[in-house]
Amino acid sequence: MTYFKPLATAVAAAATVSLLASGSASAKVEGDTITLGAAVSLTGKYSTNGKNTKDGYDLAVKRINEMGGVKVGGKSYKLAITYYDDESTPARGAQLAERLINQDGVKYVLGPYSSGLTKAIAPVTEKYGVPMVEANGASRGLFAQGYKYLFAVLSTSEQYLQEALNLAAEQAKAAGKDPKTLKVAVAIENDNFSQDVRAGVIDDIKRHGMQLVVDDKLPPELNDMAATLTKVRALKPDILIVSAHAKGPALAIRQMKDMQVSVPMLAMTHCDSAKIIEKFGKDAEYAVCASQWDRALSYKDNVLGSAEDFAKAFEKEYDYAPPYQAAESAAAVLVYADAFARAGDFDTAKVRDALAATDMQTFYGNIKFDATGKNTAKPMVLYQVQDGKFKVVAPSKWASAKVNYPAPAWADR
Amino acid sequence: MSSLDLLFQAPILSVQLLIDGILIGAVFALAAYGMALVWGVMNIINIAQGEFVMLGGYVALYAAQAGLHPFLGIPVAAAVMFVLGWALYRAVIFRVVDKDLFISLLATFGLSILLQQLANEVFSADVRTLSSGLGTIFLFDGMVTVSEIKLVAFVATLALGVCLLLFLKKSRMGQAIRATAQDARAARILGIDADRVYATTFALNAAICGAAGALVVMTWIIHPYLGLAYTVRSFMIVVVAGLGNLGAVVAAGLGLGAAENFAGFLLGAEYQAAFVFSLLVVILVYRNIRLGRQRKYLK
Repeated sequence: MTYFKPLATAVAAAATVSLLASGSASAKVEGDTITLGAAVSLTGKYSTNGKNTKDGYDLAVKRINEMGGVKVGGKSYKLAITYYDDESTPARGAQLAERLINQDGVKYVLGPYSSGLTKAIAPVTEKYGVPMVEANGASRGLFAQGYKYLFAVLSTSEQYLQEALNLAAEQAKAAGKDPKTLKVAVAIENDNFSQDVRAGVIDDIKRHGMQLVVDDKLPPELNDMAATLTKVRALKPDILIVSAHAKGPALAIRQMKDMQVSVPMLAMTHCDSAKIIEKFGKDAEYAVCASQWDRALSYKDNVLGSAEDFAKAFEKEYDYAPPYQAAESAAAVLVYADAFARAGDFDTAKVRDALAATDMQTFYGNIKFDATGKNTAKPMVLYQVQDGKFKVVAPSKWASAKVNYPAPAWADR
Repeated sequence: MSSLDLLFQAPILSVQLLIDGILIGAVFALAAYGMALVWGVMNIINIAQGEFVMLGGYVALYAAQAGLHPFLGIPVAAAVMFVLGWALYRAVIFRVVDKDLFISLLATFGLSILLQQLANEVFSADVRTLSSGLGTIFLFDGMVTVSEIKLVAFVATLALGVCLLLFLKKSRMGQAIRATAQDARAARILGIDADRVYATTFALNAAICGAAGALVVMTWIIHPYLGLAYTVRSFMIVVVAGLGNLGAVVAAGLGLGAAENFAGFLLGAEYQAAFVFSLLVVILVYRNIRLGRQRKYLK
């Protein structure tokens, strides 16, 4: 151990020096530039979504700068972001957060991709009293720690599939049936985030008095659902809920078709990142999917315009349609810009208080944080695949199409 | 145990589970062949086995996207992986082949990480799948379904097994491989080019995995990180079946698939893997006890 002591001392000294050097509360605002920091997964298993996150941040920064930047205390500032690659590993994410704060003197952090990484970084930003506005950590565990500097613009995990169960209950009532007669099968991956989704689903099943007939926890190295689907075929549930990141929808549709397992409603998460329409074409029809955001929604703001404007600008810039991960990431930057302007100061405590008081409309939806830092103003939306397109079917306020329920059996398609 | 009740009320379900399990096991058996071959001949436990399967899947996927019939992807994947296996032998494996088992474990472990990350870089982390265009067979009034692609995988496993067996028994190279497996030094003295034998064996293993990967992408899904599941299962199959007995490898593979599927049904998907590994421990303990008895007897 003694072997490492000189090194440890040196690191500590360097950290202290850099803290002193970057000094006071107005650190990392040099000249007319405010620098935000982010550790994002550019390599490793989250690299696709990590890129979506970065592209979202970058587009928002670019647009804000083009429009003259952020006015703080009568002076205009440009935004910039310092990025690091967290390699999709939580330990690395935490290290990089320390580095952003201690070495680079960053005082405002943007979140990484995924709940796992956010969970690793939040204790660090909290320790240094640095605000983090995150857009990709939805796990409800994040908001039970009493964090004061964590703000999330997205809907949290337990709300993911709420609308699907509400919709099924509505449909049952409309058909003159009691929602209590509905049977639900649940197949959700056995990782932190997905199990948070499951906890929400179980609560909603209880709330509607539905019957839970299958409750499988899919292993993370998930490569086959045959056993679960055999159960589903035998028990004939009205709703099958699958959530296992991008693997879930791909595997569920592939195997349900192969095994010809039919359910009136297949409700899933992560359909857009799994690209089910491109992959399965007609076989993806009738699938119902939860999403944080959709370009067809009528939200708007005066920086990025409407949801559709954002989608178009994004396509022009990056040559692919923005998944919701990109949209929510862009929204996180808007939240910072708004908070800086309202705080009129760069003191982290003041910026934090301004963030906590956020109440704004964005192209991504309304944003208002509760005491735990989660956004309570924006609902999840529910799509259904209809004629090869995602159509919003719930909540009814935003719906652009009527849900097709029950979905026909495979044999009748 | 409501799942158990269900099985008693509808015994037909066990037919479904058995069929699915056996057909799943066929793909595991395929990857396990290759592992047994490399292990037996070169004394290397190839941790990158699953990565070969994954790469085979991507080759088949891109072959199909280039306009080939999905089934042609199987031989194409095997051929491409054969070449890659050969190249990897020449670049890395030949340096560790006569060394301690730990060195080759580390080398192939490193290889597996490298291939994973390269695949992630080249193919992205997206989940991919390929439609075989095949349908479904209905049995017992539609109570039992068998997807045709799984059946193809099963037949392909058996056919490949037979081909491999014939190759090892009849061809000169096959005989050289068997001779090297029995006694590398004696084989060398008799004029067998051990280096070539090793290269062929390793490339052959990669080709078999490639074919398995082509079947995986048509039956399930692939992504850069799926390797481990196949490595671990082939390892287990080989441990149970022993080296140098292809028939036992196939039987163990099919058995493993069926056991896993039943465990998934009865205990829930979360215990599927746990059950299989508990089974491995039980088998190893049992085998150890039996070996101990034999040793006593010999004394």
